[in-house]
Amino acid sequence: MSLTQLHATATAVERPKFRAWPELNNPAAWLVALILVIMPLIANGFFLIEIFGTTLILGIIALSLMFLAGYGGMVSLMQLTIAGFAGYMVAVFGVSGNANISLGWPWWLATPIALVLATIFGTLGGALAVRTEGIYTIMITLAIGAAFYYFTNQNWAIFNGHTGINTVATPQFWGVDWRSDIPFYYLILGVAALCYFAVQYVSRTPFGLALQGVRDNARRMAALGFNVNAHRVAAYAFASFIAGLGGVLQVWNYRQISPGSVGVERCIDILIIAVVGGITRPVGPFIGALIFVILRTFALDVLIKFGLDGNRFRLLIGLGFLAIVFWSSDGVIGLWERWRRRQGRASSSTTGRGHG
Amino acid sequence: MARFIERHPAWALIAIIAIALLLWLVFAVWPPGLEQAIGRKRVFLNAVFNGITLGGLYFLVASGFTLIFGLMRNVNLAHGSLYLFGGYVGYAISAWTGSWILSFVVAFIAVGLVGVLLQILVFRRMEGQDLRQTMVTIGLAIVFADLMLWVFGGDFYQIQTPSWLVGPVQLPFITAVKSSGEPVYLQYPMVRLAIFAASVVIGVAMWLALNRTRIGMIVRAGVDDRDILAATGVQIQAVFVLVFALGAGLAGIAGVVGGTFQSISPGEDTRFLLASLVVVIVGGMGSIPGAALGAIIIGLAEQLGSVYIPTYAIVVTFLIMVLVLAVRPQGLLARR
Repeated sequence: MSLTQLHATATAVERPKFRAWPELNNPAAWLVALILVIMPLIANGFFLIEIFGTTLILGIIALSLMFLAGYGGMVSLMQLTIAGFAGYMVAVFGVSGNANISLGWPWWLATPIALVLATIFGTLGGALAVRTEGIYTIMITLAIGAAFYYFTNQNWAIFNGHTGINTVATPQFWGVDWRSDIPFYYLILGVAALCYFAVQYVSRTPFGLALQGVRDNARRMAALGFNVNAHRVAAYAFASFIAGLGGVLQVWNYRQISPGSVGVERCIDILIIAVVGGITRPVGPFIGALIFVILRTFALDVLIKFGLDGNRFRLLIGLGFLAIVFWSSDGVIGLWERWRRRQGRASSSTTGRGHG
Repeated sequence: MARFIERHPAWALIAIIAIALLLWLVFAVWPPGLEQAIGRKRVFLNAVFNGITLGGLYFLVASGFTLIFGLMRNVNLAHGSLYLFGGYVGYAISAWTGSWILSFVVAFIAVGLVGVLLQILVFRRMEGQDLRQTMVTIGLAIVFADLMLWVFGGDFYQIQTPSWLVGPVQLPFITAVKSSGEPVYLQYPMVRLAIFAASVVIGVAMWLALNRTRIGMIVRAGVDDRDILAATGVQIQAVFVLVFALGAGLAGIAGVVGGTFQSISPGEDTRFLLASLVVVIVGGMGSIPGAALGAIIIGLAEQLGSVYIPTYAIVVTFLIMVLVLAVRPQGLLARR
């Protein structure tokens, strides 16, 4: 697999350059990275895409929320809306089964345009949300997400109403069909790793540090001469780009997009994923996404096996989310760290999973 | 009012012109050119009346939301679930006893009790942690939605309108003039007018209770500064429980109203949550008059939008929210 080698060499080149990165000194992270890279040898097609691919895609979208909430203190419920917007734009500009709507541009043109538009969309939404503070952000971003959902439902000219856009074409180049299981898995893994390290990197840049300063005490940062709102809007722009990447992968994964994929429930799922995983570290969303996807896929069978109604998956998710919010403000990472501390060991090392 | 005109003469002028134009459109007999340009007057008047009555429903939902937010700083994202629960309770009672009025009473008490339980069992434990409270309300909304789907299924329910409110009523608004010179008056469903009148009465009663009674004084003081209020010896926890019960009960009443002139089904909780969010963002968080103004604006925008620009109607609502956030981020009638 040429891409694997490419990937491995890329990581090896990076290694001496970024000695400060905690993942590189953590054997557990290397183990997880190795498992993720050789996953196609272990898992069959269903597990590869339906479980791990979906996990990574949802993880990317939740990562954008984690960046905003964890480093910027802004809980945005519109990250899935931005991802869905990017997905819609891929379908509208690219090739799809709805020829009357899709413009039929090649993927290398449609995808960047979709990403740029999604970033602009998210930045404008963010500029709106930073007009108010704290708890209001949730309300405004939820209103944006819900309005987008109803708009896609009503609008037939661009979004094709409630049927959505079907059979979206996926990229094929260099003789590879990038939607066939193994290349697509590596594509997702590559993007996820890129986003993960980008978030790690940005959180340590002067911009990222200033953003964390804004989160902790906006007035003091303003007094120090930082433009608080500009930092927040820039954070939205960065997070929107990441969410847009996740959205493009999402539409390639399902090959269709409809209002159901941008519904309010889906937006809240992203929040659940990020909160359950833990919003203090970039690895949290991926752990949360894994738990979420496993629950979503297997809850039905397990519930029926215990003689319960299999349709109560959302009840399970809701109760689990409530439990996490009640007992751990830092998601399962927090629970894990508390458990380790109780074991009497030093908890300074991270429990991180490096992606890639 | 006079101060507003003094301070913002331009905005006041725009508002006065808009209101005058609206009044002219409602009362005047339309010249033929106008009818050709934007359609029949009957359609327009119906949209305006639907908008105002829908605004009344939105006010019922949003006033509870804004009251809870104003006093407890709790963004209750389970408010839509309370609305839906009220609708289901109202349906069950009216189907069982056949009494429409009784369904209001029972829905108010049942949903108010849910509010009391939520405040005592859940929110009291995490006072002052805004974000955590909001997260909990999201979790509760998911759990409630699934429980209600479990019990009531995915069907649409409509609450039976009582016989004394069925049928149209003639209103003194001329929709057109026949060729014989005889004016045609607007026919409008009685039940919608009755419900709108009821929501006005509830709104006025709330305003009086807040501004003219001792308990209202305590609530207003709590909105301004709850720590100082607690320090003066007021049983602040009891006030919180009372206000939460009242806010939740109003959502329950609104559920019965919504179930009567629309229908209730899974998904309505999200719709009315969105409506309350936009209404209080536009009107100003924590302000009852703001909720009334926001509800009328959003109701009108939604109905007029869905008549004249059907595939972009939601955009109008949304643009109003954007405009308010850009010009006056705290909302139209908020003091802070």
